[in-house]
Amino acid sequence: MNIHKILRRLMPGVVAAGTVMAAALPSAAMADEQYFGIPSSRVGPYSAMGTGYYGGIIDTLNYYNMKHKGVNGVSLTYEECETEYNAARTVECYQRLLHKGDQKMVVFDTLGTPGAYAVIGRMAPDQVVLAQYGYGRTDAADGTVWPWVFNAAGQYWAQSAVHLAFIAQKEGGIPKMKGKTLVHLHIDTAYGREPIPAMREIAKKWGFKLIEIAVPPPGLEQQSQWLQIRREKADWVTFWGAGSGMNSTAITTAARVGFPREKMLYVTFGGAEEDMIPAGDTAKGTFVAANAVPGRDYPLVADIIKVVYGAGKGNMQNPERVGTAYYNRGVGAAVMWMEALKNAQRIHKKVGKTVTGAEFRDGYEALDMNDAKLKELGILGMVSPFKLSCAKHDGAERWRMMQWNGKKFDIVSEWMPPTDPKFIREMIEESAAKYAKENNITPKKC
Amino acid sequence: MFYREAGQYFTSYAQDRQLLPLKQDRIGMAVLLVVAFAVIPYGANAYWLSAILIPWLILSLVALGQNILMGYAGQLSLGAAGFMAAGAFACYNLVLRVPGIPFLVAVLLSGLIAALIGIIFGLPSLRIRGLYLAVATLASQFFIVWALDKFGWFKNYDMSGVITTQQVVMFGYAVDTPQEKYLVVLAIVVALTLVAKNMARGRTGRAWRAVRDMDVAAEVMGLSLLRTKLQAFAISSFYCGVGGALFAFFYLQTVEPSAFNIDLSFRILFMVIIGGIGTIMGSFLGAGFILLMPVFLNVLFHAVFGQAIDATIISAVEQIIFGLLIIFFLIVEPLGLARLWQLTKERLRLWPFRH
Repeated sequence: MNIHKILRRLMPGVVAAGTVMAAALPSAAMADEQYFGIPSSRVGPYSAMGTGYYGGIIDTLNYYNMKHKGVNGVSLTYEECETEYNAARTVECYQRLLHKGDQKMVVFDTLGTPGAYAVIGRMAPDQVVLAQYGYGRTDAADGTVWPWVFNAAGQYWAQSAVHLAFIAQKEGGIPKMKGKTLVHLHIDTAYGREPIPAMREIAKKWGFKLIEIAVPPPGLEQQSQWLQIRREKADWVTFWGAGSGMNSTAITTAARVGFPREKMLYVTFGGAEEDMIPAGDTAKGTFVAANAVPGRDYPLVADIIKVVYGAGKGNMQNPERVGTAYYNRGVGAAVMWMEALKNAQRIHKKVGKTVTGAEFRDGYEALDMNDAKLKELGILGMVSPFKLSCAKHDGAERWRMMQWNGKKFDIVSEWMPPTDPKFIREMIEESAAKYAKENNITPKKC
Repeated sequence: MFYREAGQYFTSYAQDRQLLPLKQDRIGMAVLLVVAFAVIPYGANAYWLSAILIPWLILSLVALGQNILMGYAGQLSLGAAGFMAAGAFACYNLVLRVPGIPFLVAVLLSGLIAALIGIIFGLPSLRIRGLYLAVATLASQFFIVWALDKFGWFKNYDMSGVITTQQVVMFGYAVDTPQEKYLVVLAIVVALTLVAKNMARGRTGRAWRAVRDMDVAAEVMGLSLLRTKLQAFAISSFYCGVGGALFAFFYLQTVEPSAFNIDLSFRILFMVIIGGIGTIMGSFLGAGFILLMPVFLNVLFHAVFGQAIDATIISAVEQIIFGLLIIFFLIVEPLGLARLWQLTKERLRLWPFRH
C-alpha cells in the first residue's frame, strides 16, 4: 500500500475526529451549574496518587449531585484533562479547562508541586483559586502576597517540622536530638528541596546533623544513596519522594542494606497503601505523615460508598481503593471546595446561583473547619480542624502519624503541630516578602 | 494543475538560487506569514495562543537546533534540554542582574551563553562518533541541570529552588497578553528559521553535510573538522538556548531546573526523528506531532467517551495510540513527516491527472 492510499483512507477518520472535537467544544451551559476543572494524572510514575486523589474528588462531586442535588441546588459539572504530572502539560490543561462554554473554572488543584509552580503566576490575572491541598509553594501560605493561593491541608515547612517533632518525641525530647544524624532523602526536584530551608534552621537550633541526599526522578535505583546512609550511620531518615516506584524502592533498598524501617518517616506524598504494598513485608514499621487519614468508616466515605458506588457511578476502577490515603485526601480536598462554594454563595448572596472565581476565593478564605463542622460533614478525625483568614492561607499545619503494620496503617498519634509554629510563620513571611519585592507585588492589607 | 513550475524561467543565478524558486511557494509562504502574523492573533482565543501555538513554536525552534546538530552535521546529541535550561536561567539572570537590559538583547546573550557551553560539550565530538557521542553529550544534560540545582546563585537563592521570570518589557511596552506573547515568539522563531534555512543551504550547511556523510573525506577536501563540528554545536546550542529562554519567559513562567530533564531531551530528539532528519520543515512538523498529538487524543477521547468510560483507561489508551502512531509513521515514512509533505507536493504537481 503506498503512502497516499494510506493517507486517503485515514482522512475520513481525521475529519470525523475534528468534527467531533468542534462539536464538543462549545457545549452550552445551563443556568445554575458550577463547573470544576480536574487536571488529573492517571498515567506514569505518579498514577497511584492521581487516580486515588482525583477519583476521590470526582466521587465527592457526584455524591453531592446525587445526594444533595448539588450545592444549594447548583449542580456540579466537571471536565477532566490528563497532565501526566508534567509541568508543560499542566499549563495546557489549565488553559483548556479554564473555560467551558460560558462557564469559567473557579479552582485548580494540580496535586503536584511542579504543576502548581507552572500555573501559580496565572491565578491572579485569571481569577482562579489555586488550592494546593498539602503541597506546592510554601510561602503562598502568606495570603497578603498570594491572595489566590491556598494551602488548606498545610504546607511543607510545617510538615517537615512535624516530622522532626515526632522524631524528637520518639527519641525522648528535643534535648536528646543533639548529636543525632538525620538524613533527608529526597527526590531531586523543587518539591524534594522545598522543606530543606526549614529543616536546616531546626537542625541548627536542636543541634543534630542534617545530611541531604538527592534521588534523581523517577528514583527506581537507590542503592548508592542507601549505602551512603549506612556509612553516615544515620539515626533517622526523612523520606521525601513521589511515585509508588520510588517510594517502595526506598523501603526495599533500606531493607537490603539493613536500615530499620522503624527509623524511616515518609512525607504525605510518599506514604500510602499503594506505596507500601509493593514493598511487601519489608514495609512493616514504616512511619508516614498524613493530612487525611485512610479509612472507610468515616460517615462521609461510607455514604459515598453507599450512594455513589451503590448506584454503580463510582470513579475508582478498583472500588477496594476507596478509603485509602490518597482517596480520602481527594475527598478532603473536594469537601473544602464544596464548603467554599457554600460560603461564597452565602457571603455574596447568591444562594442557588453560580459563583465567580473572585466570589469562590472569598468563600475559600472564609473556611472554618472546626470539630463541629467536620462532624456535621462526616469527616471528623479524617482531616485536621483548621481555619483560614485573609493573611493566613495555610490551614491545618497538623499531621497525624501512621505506621504500616504490613496490611494497613495504624494511627500512632493525634494531630501533631510543629514544636515552634511561630518560627515557621516568620520564615514564610520572610520568603513571601522577598518574592513580593522581586516581583513588584504590593502585599494586600489584611 | 495549479502547482507546477511550467512557464517560470530563471534568467539569472540569483533567481535560480532564491529561497523559494517556485512562484506558488512564494505565494503560499506569504499567505502563511500573513495568517500567522495578522489573522491568528485576532482569530485565536487565549487557549490556542498560550497553550498550543506558543509552546509549539518554541519547541519547533529547539527541534530546529537539535536538527542542525543531528540532521545536518550528523552529530548525535542528547543534551537539547540542558541547553534550554542554560538559556532559560541565563536569560533570567541577565534580566535580574543587568539593569535596563533590553529583553531581545538578553535573549540573544542567553543564546550565546548556551552556545559557549555547547562548544565546551562539543569537544568530545572531535574524538568520538555516533552513539558514543550521544552518551558523551548526556553529560551536558546532567551537568547543566545539576549545576543549576546545586548553586543557589543561579536562582537568586530562592528557597524553593525555582525562578519566576520577570515581566517582559520591550521598547517600554509590557508584553503580557497571549496575543503579544505569541507575536514576539513568532517573530523570533521566523527570524531564526530564516537564518537556519540560509545557513543550511549555504556554505555552512554544505560543510555540515560533508562532515555528516564522511568526515575523513571532508577533511581531505580541506574542511576543518574542529571548526565545523564546534560550529554546529555552537549554533545548535544557540537555538536551544534561545528556545529555553522563550520557554521560560513566555510559557512556563515559573521554572525549576528539573523541568528541563532528560525526558524533554528525548522528546526533542523524537521530534527531529518523526519530523524528518535534516529538514527545516520537519522540525516544525515533528514538534507539532510530539507536542500536540497527546493533547489532541486527550481532547478527542474525552469528547467522544466523556465520562462514560473510566478515565484511567482512556489515559492509558491515549498513550498506546500515541506510541502506535509513532511506529506507524516511522514504518510508512522513515524519512519523517517532512518527506510526506514533499511527496504530497510532488503529487500536487500532477493533480488532478494521473500521469
